Amino acid sequence: MAITTATLRVATPLVLAALGGLFSERSGVVDIGLEGKMLGAAFAAAATAATTGSAWAGLAAGILAAVTLALVHGYACITQNGNQVVSGMALNILIAGLTPVLGHAWFRQGGQTPPLSGDARFAGLELPLANNLAGVPVLGPIYAEILSGHNVLVYIAAIAAGVVAWVVYCTRFGLRVRAVGENPSAVDTAGISVAAVRYRALIASGILCGLAGTYLSIAHTAGFTRDMSAGKGYLALAALIFGKWRPMPTVLACLLFACTDAVQVRLQGVALPLIGVIPVQFIQALPYVLTVLLLAGFVGKAVAPRAIGVPYVKEA
Amino acid sequence: MSPRGRPAEIPAWADLALLPLLNLGAALGASGLLIVIIGEDPRRAMATLAAGAFGSAESLGYTLYYTTNFIFTGLAVAFHAGLFNIGGEGQAYIGGLGVGLLCLAAGGLPFGLVLPLAIGCAALCGAGWAFVPAVLQAKRGSHVVITTIMFNFIASALMTYLLVNVLIKPGQQSPETREFAVNTWMPAAHEMLGWMGIPAGVSPLNLSFVCAIVCSILVWGYIWHTRWGYELRVLGQNEMAAIYGGISPARTIVLAMTISGALAGFVGLNEIMGVHHRLLLNFTGGYGYAGIAVALMGRNHPLGIALAALLFGALYQGGSELAFEVPALTREMVVVVQGLIILLCGALENMFRPFLAARLARVVPAR
Repeated sequence: MAITTATLRVATPLVLAALGGLFSERSGVVDIGLEGKMLGAAFAAAATAATTGSAWAGLAAGILAAVTLALVHGYACITQNGNQVVSGMALNILIAGLTPVLGHAWFRQGGQTPPLSGDARFAGLELPLANNLAGVPVLGPIYAEILSGHNVLVYIAAIAAGVVAWVVYCTRFGLRVRAVGENPSAVDTAGISVAAVRYRALIASGILCGLAGTYLSIAHTAGFTRDMSAGKGYLALAALIFGKWRPMPTVLACLLFACTDAVQVRLQGVALPLIGVIPVQFIQALPYVLTVLLLAGFVGKAVAPRAIGVPYVKEA
Repeated sequence: MSPRGRPAEIPAWADLALLPLLNLGAALGASGLLIVIIGEDPRRAMATLAAGAFGSAESLGYTLYYTTNFIFTGLAVAFHAGLFNIGGEGQAYIGGLGVGLLCLAAGGLPFGLVLPLAIGCAALCGAGWAFVPAVLQAKRGSHVVITTIMFNFIASALMTYLLVNVLIKPGQQSPETREFAVNTWMPAAHEMLGWMGIPAGVSPLNLSFVCAIVCSILVWGYIWHTRWGYELRVLGQNEMAAIYGGISPARTIVLAMTISGALAGFVGLNEIMGVHHRLLLNFTGGYGYAGIAVALMGRNHPLGIALAALLFGALYQGGSELAFEVPALTREMVVVVQGLIILLCGALENMFRPFLAARLARVVPAR
């Protein structure tokens, strides 16, 4: 029971960030900058929530920060035809340095923001009738303990998968995003601006990463600390690849990785029958090993969007 | 104006020297702006940084010690083959593991024997860690960027496991091995200068600095003066032409990545054999990623890389001095500059080209 709740809590930033990466990568722009966007959003959200005392203001600031970073990435990759991997890496490193510098300069607490409390955090929400239904056999405890009691961002992440799948597969915008990632010349010939579609996809990516980062600092914990994203952006990227760039498999991959994380905390030092004690580092490395195996083609085939990584240049 | 999509034409000297300097200037300018926003004086910050990096014999030693690491990881980025080795961090980590294991085992051997063995171990382990992603790219088409990032994390988990469970000195809490025997220590620069009668400040600078210089020269010779280097460059510039010319992309990629891995592994010589004299966690401290910035700034030429590595070494050393003297700025300021340099010299490297082309067209007729 506790493992399921922990899984949902750990999976939320992964799901949001991975879906953000999905928009950007499906449109043809490699995005290893998920980590930087999450961290930047976490800092902006925590700093704003600390100064204004409102979690919603923090959320807005976090989303704004992530969208700004996504636009910088977009400028470098789309307008300047720069190397997309380098740009993502640059933003990750820049934000990893910028956030403690600004945090220290503004709050003088060694790079972190002041601890948040009360309205400045997203508190747990009880779903309606949770207490009343807790007595119902089997379904009651599931509703009352696993599904209820999370904060609003967890619920947003839960419906985000469905919303993103609908947008990508059932709307005109989603069709254009997918088309631009597979065959940008065809989209260009149809008279649609490839750059505009890619920029919009990156903005969508920024919004989702902003939600992920805000969750980390305002909802999951009570403030920003140095390097708090701790590689979750790369883990989300791994989940995206493991999910073969499709929304539902990506969400399942995120849940899988979150589950291994939740389980490893509880398995530390516990001797399993036959296998003995599994080293905690092995379980921590497991998501990355699985992704490498997938990329090597041992766990099915992962086909990236065809035009990914190549800057689009209009032919004369 | 240039035709759509092609970078604007500027003369060769502007391409090689002026444009990178302009990008670097922009990065430093942006950092200066950040310092102003924080409320400090950028000129004072620059002066403190310069004094901290070069002001005394000790600080110069520290600067060159950092430079050594950056030369190794900068050379390891392997742009020429059209690849991008982000795995420098993991390869340096595993290379250090190799050096550490050798030093633990080589208790009674003369240093003259330990040194070549250590070089071999560092190279082998670093290369081995790069070999698997390379083969996956060559044979299975898995994108080397993603696999090397994953391998960085796997290396981190592996080293943590080994240092906490297997290699830890018995009876000790912190995850480190025991200190190595003195005969396996890399001679420090101030010791060597002392033998020659030259007084020098105490710093971590050691013999591996010489190894770094030698590696730069060897890499220069390899890429521009051997057949394999030629194959590397052709593959990087035009894969179809390479295949048509009989160059095997798979073999060349694997060769390029293993050499990169070996170069990154040499960081272990500096850190493990030269400075710490024991295996410990996270001794690669971001050098792998900084190597990317160094390679981009140095335009992938060993001479440029050496100069860029010197600049970064100065930044790191000056940066700690800056964090010490100016309380409002932290050590991470250096990371900000690093990120800006990667952004401006890497992804946005052509941003100033049209501006330069327009200015220079009046002064120098474009080719």
